[in-house]
Amino acid sequence: MSEEYILQVKDLHTSFYTDSGEVKAVNGVNFNLAPGKILGIVGESGSGKSVTAYSIMQILADTGKIVSGQVLYKGQDITKFDKKQMHGFRGKCCSIIFQDPMTSLNPVYTIGNQLMEAILLHTDKDKKQAKERAVEMLELVGVNEPQKRIKQYPYELSGGMRQRVMIAMALACEPDILIADEPTTALDVTIQAQILELMQELQKKMGMAIIMVTHDLGVIASMCDEIIVMYGGRVCERGTAEDIFYRSGHEYTKGLLRSIPRPDSGKERLVPIAGTPINLLNLPKGCAFCARCDEAMKICLTEVPPQVQMPDGHYASCWLTYKKQMEEAGGAANEQ
Amino acid sequence: MSSEYLVEVKDLKQYFPIKTGFFKTTPLKAVDGVSFDIKPGETLGLVGESGCGKTTVGRSILRLYEPTGGSVKYMGEEITASNMQEHRKHMQMVFQDPYSSLNPRMTVEDIIGEPLDVHKLYSSKQERREKILGLMELVGLNAEHATRYAHEFSGGQRQRIGIARALAVDPKFIVCDEAVSALDVSIQAQVINMFEDLQEKLGVAYLFIAHDLLVVKHISNRIAVMYLGRVVEIGEADEVYNNPQHPYTQSLLSAVPIPDPIIAKKSQRIVLTGDVPSPMNMPSGCAFRTRCRFATEQCAQECPSLTERKNGSQVACFHQ
Repeated sequence: MSEEYILQVKDLHTSFYTDSGEVKAVNGVNFNLAPGKILGIVGESGSGKSVTAYSIMQILADTGKIVSGQVLYKGQDITKFDKKQMHGFRGKCCSIIFQDPMTSLNPVYTIGNQLMEAILLHTDKDKKQAKERAVEMLELVGVNEPQKRIKQYPYELSGGMRQRVMIAMALACEPDILIADEPTTALDVTIQAQILELMQELQKKMGMAIIMVTHDLGVIASMCDEIIVMYGGRVCERGTAEDIFYRSGHEYTKGLLRSIPRPDSGKERLVPIAGTPINLLNLPKGCAFCARCDEAMKICLTEVPPQVQMPDGHYASCWLTYKKQMEEAGGAANEQ
Repeated sequence: MSSEYLVEVKDLKQYFPIKTGFFKTTPLKAVDGVSFDIKPGETLGLVGESGCGKTTVGRSILRLYEPTGGSVKYMGEEITASNMQEHRKHMQMVFQDPYSSLNPRMTVEDIIGEPLDVHKLYSSKQERREKILGLMELVGLNAEHATRYAHEFSGGQRQRIGIARALAVDPKFIVCDEAVSALDVSIQAQVINMFEDLQEKLGVAYLFIAHDLLVVKHISNRIAVMYLGRVVEIGEADEVYNNPQHPYTQSLLSAVPIPDPIIAKKSQRIVLTGDVPSPMNMPSGCAFRTRCRFATEQCAQECPSLTERKNGSQVACFHQ
């Protein structure tokens, strides 16, 4: 089993302990990542998608803690890793790029310095070789005049260029997994298209797996092999892009899709999801989405919905889908 | 009414002096000759990349900046620095960030009531309160929210407060500067629907500035596309979206991520190379020529002006 997947997240719970109480940001997330695949995690703000990513890297804020669950990298549980082992894991096995390329680069060091830091830390290359590698990486991510760029500081580069530098830094030690946390949200659409194209190209060339965390349904539609939709710290639905967009089995996914303007639609009104996102301090007993769901039933209020399996590994955690499937199964049994 | 247009913008220019040397200043041409007009009750979408001057256009119209050149007319009457106060009764603005555009030390009642105070639009305390509660109801806030502070609300609710404040003076024209960009998709749809309802009910016209092209297409009657301080294409929303004429519009639209896997996989991206040139040091002639597939010698020498095409759009390009 562990051979098949490079990363397995099992029943992950992450909480933040604040003055007003325990904020349960992630509540039992499960997913598997196969080598060389692109997994998309979508959700609104506060859905726990970024915290899931940070939990894997163990870069949570001081108040945050992984409460329970496992994160298996090649079969090893990295939540049990000590500090030193985690240092070895980050950068070499798994890298992360952040949303804002302005604040995630250190303004007082040159690009070259920051790129070489990772290479020197994780490989036994000497300074000269590390510099060569840095230039090579910049070339790979399409930064022009890399010889000149490594001597420049972050403020001298545009947003798109900085994000390329971030990607170069993340990939310098050829990790097996790249986590991209809203990598293009701060960029313009034309630059976003460049960066997404670059990521797909690099993925083909270097063969790493990517976890793409985003709120933009448009970004994941074209890129991801597999998508998970999160709400209130739980996975609502998992499936391929086609499963999620055309055969969605969760009311929240359906609601999200109804609330965005589509390219082929006319002037018809959008159908928003009523209400406001849930308060993570005070999670409901049942389904996290039930307060905003039009189809909510009694059972939704009191019990957490089970994973309802559909063809090809597609599943949704929704009582309504469960009921439908039960009825269909019952109908089929009666016919026989 | 002396004009069929509500707002007419002609050759609007907004330069900012930037210190480039000890004694030297260079003008940064944020907006360089923008013209368009808006009819009563219409929505004009304004799109472009960051730094193209779309926000500056909105602010210059409302005289939050003193324009360097050109004119802005409201119902045929020229807006100048001296009569702006009067015109702000008809023209208002909704800002992008619902977190920083509301004063954290004021209650909702005072935030919405401030424009009423400034323009003295009530005769008694009772009337002021009734007006405020009426506005809150209009944007879907409860009356009991009136005594609360901005930090007690979610992003979507704060944006509603900002909209109620803009509506307080009963304006005919509202500049919405990225008014839904900071909101989550499910909340964004609520606010977009509200903008549409208010337009139907009150007949306000919007200048809807946003970078999300699908949202702009959804809400606008017409769309103007800006690049480096100039309008490169303006036309009916469906025409601009489905049948873009300017090479910049074409590549901008092809870069939009489409939330539909089948359409997304079929669509061909025209990926632009390079970055937007600095507005301090603009290319000669057509500003887009440095990234354009069709650029020729002529583009470097002359600046194309907007001319009408078969589909009714006005396009500034020599080749398309």
